[in-house]
Amino acid sequence: MSAHNESILREPLITGENITYSQITDEVLVPVENKPNKAWWIGFGIAVFFALTWVAAISYTFWEGLGVWGLNKTVGWAWDITGFVWWVGIGHAGTLISAVLLLFRQNWRNSINRSAEAMTIFAVICAATYIFAHMGRPWLAYWVFPLPNQFGSLWVNFNSPLVWDVFAISTYFSVSLVFWYTGLLPDIATIRDRATGVRRRIYSILSFGWAGSVKNWQRFESVSLILAGISTPLVLSVHTIVSFDFATSLEPGWHTTIFPPYFVAGAIFSGFAMVQTLLLVARKVMKWENYITMFHIESMNKVIIVTGSIVGIAYLTELFIAWYSGVEYEQYAFLNRISGPYWWAYWSMMTCNVISPQLFWFKKIRTSIWASWVLSIVVNIGMWFERFVIIVTSLHRDFIPSSWVMFYPTTIDVLLFVGSIGVFFTLFLLFLRVLPGIAIAEVKLILKSSSDQAKQKLIREGAVDKEQSELYQKSLEKYDSVSKSEYANI
Amino acid sequence: MSNIKYILGHFEDPDEMMHGIGKLQENNISIYDVYTPMPIHGIEEKLGYKRSRLPIAAFCFGITGTITAISMIYYMLVYDWPMNIGGKPSFAMPDFVPITFELTVLFAAYGMMFTFFYANHFFPGRAPRVMDLRATNDRFVIAIDARQNPYPDKIENLLKDAGAVEIKHNERKYVSYE
Repeated sequence: MSAHNESILREPLITGENITYSQITDEVLVPVENKPNKAWWIGFGIAVFFALTWVAAISYTFWEGLGVWGLNKTVGWAWDITGFVWWVGIGHAGTLISAVLLLFRQNWRNSINRSAEAMTIFAVICAATYIFAHMGRPWLAYWVFPLPNQFGSLWVNFNSPLVWDVFAISTYFSVSLVFWYTGLLPDIATIRDRATGVRRRIYSILSFGWAGSVKNWQRFESVSLILAGISTPLVLSVHTIVSFDFATSLEPGWHTTIFPPYFVAGAIFSGFAMVQTLLLVARKVMKWENYITMFHIESMNKVIIVTGSIVGIAYLTELFIAWYSGVEYEQYAFLNRISGPYWWAYWSMMTCNVISPQLFWFKKIRTSIWASWVLSIVVNIGMWFERFVIIVTSLHRDFIPSSWVMFYPTTIDVLLFVGSIGVFFTLFLLFLRVLPGIAIAEVKLILKSSSDQAKQKLIREGAVDKEQSELYQKSLEKYDSVSKSEYANI
Repeated sequence: MSNIKYILGHFEDPDEMMHGIGKLQENNISIYDVYTPMPIHGIEEKLGYKRSRLPIAAFCFGITGTITAISMIYYMLVYDWPMNIGGKPSFAMPDFVPITFELTVLFAAYGMMFTFFYANHFFPGRAPRVMDLRATNDRFVIAIDARQNPYPDKIENLLKDAGAVEIKHNERKYVSYE
């Protein structure tokens, strides 16, 4: 909206003085158009090292078979499915930020959606590696698709949640990819028109011939909106279907109807935490404080409070229903979670997911970068424990006491998990090097309506009454990227 | 004069560009196209562009996906190889909802994307047709076909009055990359 006015009372989404359109392009493209600095190389080196441990661990797994993991006859799913659900959950925030916030016309999504969507793609890739690995015979992975075959055309069982999962995850990945790439086209064209030589040629191929004409933009906006509209139910359905993997079974502690909404809330929760983890560092390293402002950080923290509280209520509901159902197996499953051999995992989950996000009620913590970053890591750890608790504590003691066992992860389990984080960070760091981490066109879109300088101009022109402008200036106190000096002479 | 194909008015501000479009339209000068680094809302109405029909395409593809999913599952599980799973009916519709939904979304998204690429003539490696390299960065460019509109000086003055920072005369249609 170029000619649209926004209430002065809304906090600015872009700070800084005298920002021009070309300045936005320059600042966002700094990491893309220059040689990487030391910090990037150090980060990349560490990430690649862990990614290589992943390669080693997965190769060893394929070579030796699943026996190298800590699985046994009773606990057939452990760190593999934990990792899978955790990664898919992390992936969800990208779609949420892109699609849901677009539908709700939340302009603060514009600065963070591109990185978050890239995160989605990479997280789902990590999740998919777990899926392939846990099959045991990954060279037969195509058996999950309903392909004509020579077993008399034996089709997959469409009543099975695992088959639903195949469809859900593959659809989710491909739609996210297309959504992300379409959004990137204008930005790739921007890089293309500034580059020379081989880089220009490569970006020219990648830009599909984007020109930025009226019709291009009109169709682009139409496509974005429709994709957002279909991605929103998609993202909810995907984690719902992931939860069906558990909820449609008869396992005590699994067959609860609360699973779908509870998993979706948990996914948004952990996803936003991961976005915080990455972007708080990125904004500092890339000097993007003017685009990813304290308002963005605070908004994400508010989402974390909401979803964290939903997750907390879901935990309590689970406990209540387990007791209220009168099913002794169900009651024991939850008693075992709280006070059994895995009590430490349950209480880590409770502490990290229910208690720690409540700290965000305090404005001081919500607007502190260090606290947000530490808490976002804590939330990620907590969500990993949640998946672990759901999967392992339900499996290791079910109906027959004679088959009760404990699960102990092997070195390979640990290396695979740590390695998958390495793969994720490797991909993310490469993304920051070759593609813009902030959606350039979308940030330009809000420069004239929602930036600090536009609002200052309004105040200077006397278009705002005194009370409102004072309220506005008060809201700027939390920003670390606004110098208050320019307001003194208004 | 004779070999100038396009007159480009460069603006630094979208509002000034909209003003320029209005000025040109008052003087009955046809605008060839407008190149901007970001979407400008309200420009389609001003230039008389029709609404995009992509949503309709998306809907049709979505319906195709629904039908594909249901007929595929029906063929495989009910017609071709019905299985007795716990005595339940072969055609267990509630179980087919998730996959039907996912395929609907998949078809809608991909169908719409390819329609979008087709309509805009996008494909990997297509030569970008830009009239000015800064149009994807910080300039809002109005392109006017010089062959269809006489009096270039008048056009220039109009654009300058509206706030154009630069007027360019292109002798070729597109700035090619060679």
